[in-house]
Amino acid sequence: MTDTGALLDVQGLRKWYELRAGIIPRVTGHVKAVDDVSFQLQAREVLGIAGESGSGKSTIGRCVLRLIEPTAGEIRFHGKDISRYGRNDLKAFRRHAQIVFQDPFASLDPKMTIEEIVGEPLQVQGMVSTRRARRDRVAGLLQTVSLGLEYLDRSPHELSGGQRQRVGIARALSVGPELLVADEPVSALDVSIQAQIVNLLEDLKDRFGLAMLFISHDIAVMAHLADRIAVVYLGQVMEIAPKRSLLRGTRHPYTEALLSAVPEPGVRHRQRIVLEGDVPNSIDPPSGCVFRTRCRYARAECGGQRPQLRMVAPDHYTACIRDDISLAFVGGGKDAPASNEESSRVQGQVLGHPGIGRVV
Amino acid sequence: MSGLAPSLPPQALLEVDNLEVSFVAGSRIVQAVNGVSFSIASGETLAIVGESGSGKSTTGLAMMGLIQRSATTAISGEVRLRRKADGECDVLKLSGRELRKVRGNDVAMIFQEPMSSLNPVYSIGAQIGEAIRLHQHVGRAEAQAKALVLLKDLGVPNPEKCLTSYPHQLSGGMRQRVMIAIALSCEPSLLIADEPTTALDVTVQAQILDLLATIQRKTGMAIIFITHNLGVVSLIADRTLVMYAGQVVEQVPTGELFERPRMPYTAALLRSLPRLDNERLAGERLAAIPGSVPNAGHPPDGCRFHPRCDYSVEGICNGERPGLTACGTDHLVRCFRWREIEPGAAA
Repeated sequence: MTDTGALLDVQGLRKWYELRAGIIPRVTGHVKAVDDVSFQLQAREVLGIAGESGSGKSTIGRCVLRLIEPTAGEIRFHGKDISRYGRNDLKAFRRHAQIVFQDPFASLDPKMTIEEIVGEPLQVQGMVSTRRARRDRVAGLLQTVSLGLEYLDRSPHELSGGQRQRVGIARALSVGPELLVADEPVSALDVSIQAQIVNLLEDLKDRFGLAMLFISHDIAVMAHLADRIAVVYLGQVMEIAPKRSLLRGTRHPYTEALLSAVPEPGVRHRQRIVLEGDVPNSIDPPSGCVFRTRCRYARAECGGQRPQLRMVAPDHYTACIRDDISLAFVGGGKDAPASNEESSRVQGQVLGHPGIGRVV
Repeated sequence: MSGLAPSLPPQALLEVDNLEVSFVAGSRIVQAVNGVSFSIASGETLAIVGESGSGKSTTGLAMMGLIQRSATTAISGEVRLRRKADGECDVLKLSGRELRKVRGNDVAMIFQEPMSSLNPVYSIGAQIGEAIRLHQHVGRAEAQAKALVLLKDLGVPNPEKCLTSYPHQLSGGMRQRVMIAIALSCEPSLLIADEPTTALDVTVQAQILDLLATIQRKTGMAIIFITHNLGVVSLIADRTLVMYAGQVVEQVPTGELFERPRMPYTAALLRSLPRLDNERLAGERLAAIPGSVPNAGHPPDGCRFHPRCDYSVEGICNGERPGLTACGTDHLVRCFRWREIEPGAAA
């Protein structure tokens, strides 16, 4: 395998969970949580992974850190395949790659003090030898995330949600990682606190030169932080592109529907594509394109081969075979096309596909 | 009828007057809801927006008579409701028996997490049927037939199969549809929806919001929509109450909320949101609100928002408690300085 120079190079990542049934359990099928996902992440780059629940976005993040063992695929970090690492190599790898979890109420041990929580990775990695050294390092880390030193000896329950998430971030940063996997880091926080944590992550990224996998269902937050965005659906990447290219000129019908469903403050009337039905079962996903059962542009040939990601603009890849559709820009915003023209065009498309998609 | 019949304005369906809810927590008294007043008419959608601890959910529960007075819980104020039959009543003064007639029949409520509101060991049909038979004199078979019609109206694919399913077999969106079916089974004149789409994906959220709007157009039901999501508010609400630390800090027609918010908290909240438009794409920092939501056990002196407010002035904002003042048509604000400042202008 060639070294592409990327910090992280994921090829053909797959996580299938076996389903067993019977008295003598036999494998009867697989839940395809992540199915053949490939992407690269450059140093200092933020890649957003957007998807709904069950899309496999968190599983991707955890596989990359080997918190979940992938079923197949290569995960190259600085050119070395970490998916084959043994215990010792893996421990050394964790100095370079860390994770911030969604729920700061569940991810911090309630019986430990903040100093112990933030200092634990330093001890595990043998990066501090004395209690004094640990306290000094942790004090510095708390400062980095704008928490006062009075919190050193407190317990998690004395902290608010935003403060706890700062502790979680300080802990992840303690070993000086190059890669941070942030799994819905602001989703559990109050609206007025979300912006504080998003700003903090942005500052830290610049200050420490962090690369980030930013996993979220909230595209507005992601669009603020990410350089590129990958949209996943049923364990597969539908589209991956620089964020402006993706938000302003998506080339995948699922991204179109996803963006149109985000309610924007102050935008009352706008074209929304309401997807019918539910996400199909990942045990038995549709043949060909997995989105075709809910896609208003689907044709017979979409059920054939599984579409491969193909380049449609610089660094912009889509897994849609149709080149002849022009997707509506339905996201809110000031340079959206005039609404009359827009709505007639969208409605025209819908009339051709009654009952599959509706524009509201 | 023990609920006296207070004067409800002719156009109003429900009027909340000076609602106060306080709990004893340890050695402190926590004022969860502090002097909330508003009214809602038939066919109208009112949003109550706030962050955690703002008192928005407690307000909703109190309106349903779901908060019991006890040694550690005090409720005062009036919740006047126009009933489908029997005239007007004050929900807070009803007996348990009368409350059970009001709930479901006149007012219904749906919650954030449908899984915890449904009973895991009964089928969907049994649970919808139960709600119907509690309020209407119909037999089992007829109740099931009605349940089937409801599910069909709510766009549930394969409704016959859904009736025999159990909650764990359904997706989050389907469970919330079932909750809505139960809530709508007796055609209430008011639906209180407490964060009904927060646990759902955005594409499913769009389906549910659509559904509620369609039902409202058909039945003329009023909806009180409790949420933290200002994007959802702009899609569904006619009027909006913004709550902060147990109080209403702004009451405003929804269009004006986004165009010209007068309360610095509302304006700051709007500015702090990442948005799918140009400003956000420029990649600048978000305008975060400093500090955190105050502890309801000891709110700050003066205006409860003043420690986090860009416009607060020593000697004015930290002294007396500001009242709600009319600052426009149907627009109320709780700010001493509303005449001199334009907090929405910086957006």
